[in-house]
Amino acid sequence: MSLIDVKNLTLQFDTDEGRITAVDNVSFSLAPGEVMGLVGESGSGKSVTAKALMKLNARNGHYSNDSQITLHLDSGPVDVMSLKRPRDMAVIRGGAISMIFQEPMASFAPAMTVGSQMVEQLLIHSNMNKRQAKELSIEMLDRVGISDASTRFNQYAFEMSGGMRQRAMIAMALSTKPKLLIADEPTTALDVTIQAQVIDLMKDLVDEFKMGIIFITHDLGVVAQTADKVAVMYLGRMIEQGPVREVIRNPRHPYTQGLIDALPKLDDLGAPLRAIPGDIPSPLERPSGCVFHTRCSQIIGDICKTHLPAWADTGADHRTACHLCHQGASA
Amino acid sequence: MSDPLLIQTKDLSVTFSIGNGVFKKQQLKAVDGISIDIPKGSFFGVVGESGSGKTTLGRALLNAVPISDGHATYNDGEVTYDLADLDGAALKDYRKRAQLIFQDPYAALSPRMTVRDIIAEPLEVMGLTANREETDARVREIAAKCRLNLEHLRRFPHAFSGGQRQRISIARALVSGPQFIVADESVAALDVSIQADILNLLKSIQQEMGLTFLFISHDLSVVAHTCDHVAVMYLGRIVESAPTRQLFKNARHPYTKALFSAIPSLDPDDRGSAQKLVGEIPSPTNQPTGCKFHTRCPYVTDLCKQQEPPLVTCEEGHAVSCHRWEELQEGITTA
Repeated sequence: MSLIDVKNLTLQFDTDEGRITAVDNVSFSLAPGEVMGLVGESGSGKSVTAKALMKLNARNGHYSNDSQITLHLDSGPVDVMSLKRPRDMAVIRGGAISMIFQEPMASFAPAMTVGSQMVEQLLIHSNMNKRQAKELSIEMLDRVGISDASTRFNQYAFEMSGGMRQRAMIAMALSTKPKLLIADEPTTALDVTIQAQVIDLMKDLVDEFKMGIIFITHDLGVVAQTADKVAVMYLGRMIEQGPVREVIRNPRHPYTQGLIDALPKLDDLGAPLRAIPGDIPSPLERPSGCVFHTRCSQIIGDICKTHLPAWADTGADHRTACHLCHQGASA
Repeated sequence: MSDPLLIQTKDLSVTFSIGNGVFKKQQLKAVDGISIDIPKGSFFGVVGESGSGKTTLGRALLNAVPISDGHATYNDGEVTYDLADLDGAALKDYRKRAQLIFQDPYAALSPRMTVRDIIAEPLEVMGLTANREETDARVREIAAKCRLNLEHLRRFPHAFSGGQRQRISIARALVSGPQFIVADESVAALDVSIQADILNLLKSIQQEMGLTFLFISHDLSVVAHTCDHVAVMYLGRIVESAPTRQLFKNARHPYTKALFSAIPSLDPDDRGSAQKLVGEIPSPTNQPTGCKFHTRCPYVTDLCKQQEPPLVTCEEGHAVSCHRWEELQEGITTA
């Protein structure tokens, strides 16, 4: 049984320049204990999609009527789209779903100690009293590898280093025992050595807590190291998804191939770096047909410019939305 | 040494005074006794974690922070400057010859100036062109090199994506006709797909115009693909320095090796095999004694805690600062 099912999620925003589509007909599901890497450039809609799972988007956002998000909890399924009042939202926000952000300095309130913020959320989301909440918080800080946790508990975010802040953020997100953890570029602001430590920590914690994780990143190396499956997004659309080995070793969408080719490889220093030509278009100027056709090097004709490609099965649990894959199947 | 040296430093140090109050003053040694030679026309890489002093080194070479100790000279064949003692007309002239490209293209460009004005500003401030026509011609020429068209020049920075903004920053750095460019984490804020494009652009500009780059980055894989020579910094000191290929084939210092193994592998079946570094870089105000890396080094001995290892040449062009590099080379792995 899956933990979360997302169907036809479409989210548009009203802006001064017009209505823009940030998430376009996205569907996926995630099982408990599974880690999904959500990959794409800036502006591809990864963060908006993740926030939509908690309906954490600005007021000018409009969900389409057929958008469906179902969260399967022990107490029964929750239809996220139908939640309206903040009180109902508390079940998911910080309760069943926790989120870790990219910049740990911006995620903690600067004028409150880290400990008081950890206790505060536990008081809201559980039946603990203050003492129990403090004990659990210190235990969690210790669990994520922060030495001298009871001292750190009383410190402010600015007194910690970047890696330690991110650990504290993870401790805080996990202390409510969420079913689903959304990690939005949690290691991007960290040094590689610290990034490696945080990735290891997250892997240990998945094994221990058995929660599902949606790991948002633009670094395919990080995905290869953490995820079980991968979904690639471009301009609000999901264009390829499948098991991590499949997608990384045998990418079928030209965009996924481009992302992998653009990574500097250490085993061949002489190889030229291949960039994906052009920039991601503005959401106000969404291309017709396949959204990637303006930058695609393998365009096969007018069909790419006029028709949205449907999903094609390109392997076990591996799906790609590209006309090329359909062409191969019919030929 | 075949190529003449553009930048040469000897025991270069930069010290900041921090804290307020006469008795609370502390000395922070951000760059500590660095000697590097940057040949003219090379792409010289500096790698290290945050807090290793790489940015301060770059700024010291641009005369943007005062050099507290040691020597640094700049010699482009036309002029020679002592960077520790530059002022007046010489400093003004040096500003033309040495330029900086910043990390964050969103913060580096004024939102209230058009792209044309941004690129033209160095020319106007330095008085390098006689009139507006000449300025415009120069701006257009440089913009074309950075793949910006005339339409782009009329717009404001907010209309551009990260990669395009970085190309504007590069154009601005190039417009005064510099010989030496410090690129400080210039691709760190960009997506991988755009990062490759900017690296290729920097590389082609460097070759076409014969420029010398000091390329500062925390990402070894990026450095590997662009630089000719790499220096690895840790807490203000160089721990290893070698030609790129040599360093990648045969890293000697445990810190360099750890940096390599921390790069996430693209192979999903190669998880966690890497040797991970424990702990974090110590605070520069409270530096460890002996070898500065000893608090995180898996091969630490008593000698490492007491004595700082000298930077010794182990091969042509390859220097390492570790007490045990010879032993480690032979495969002894524990203390």
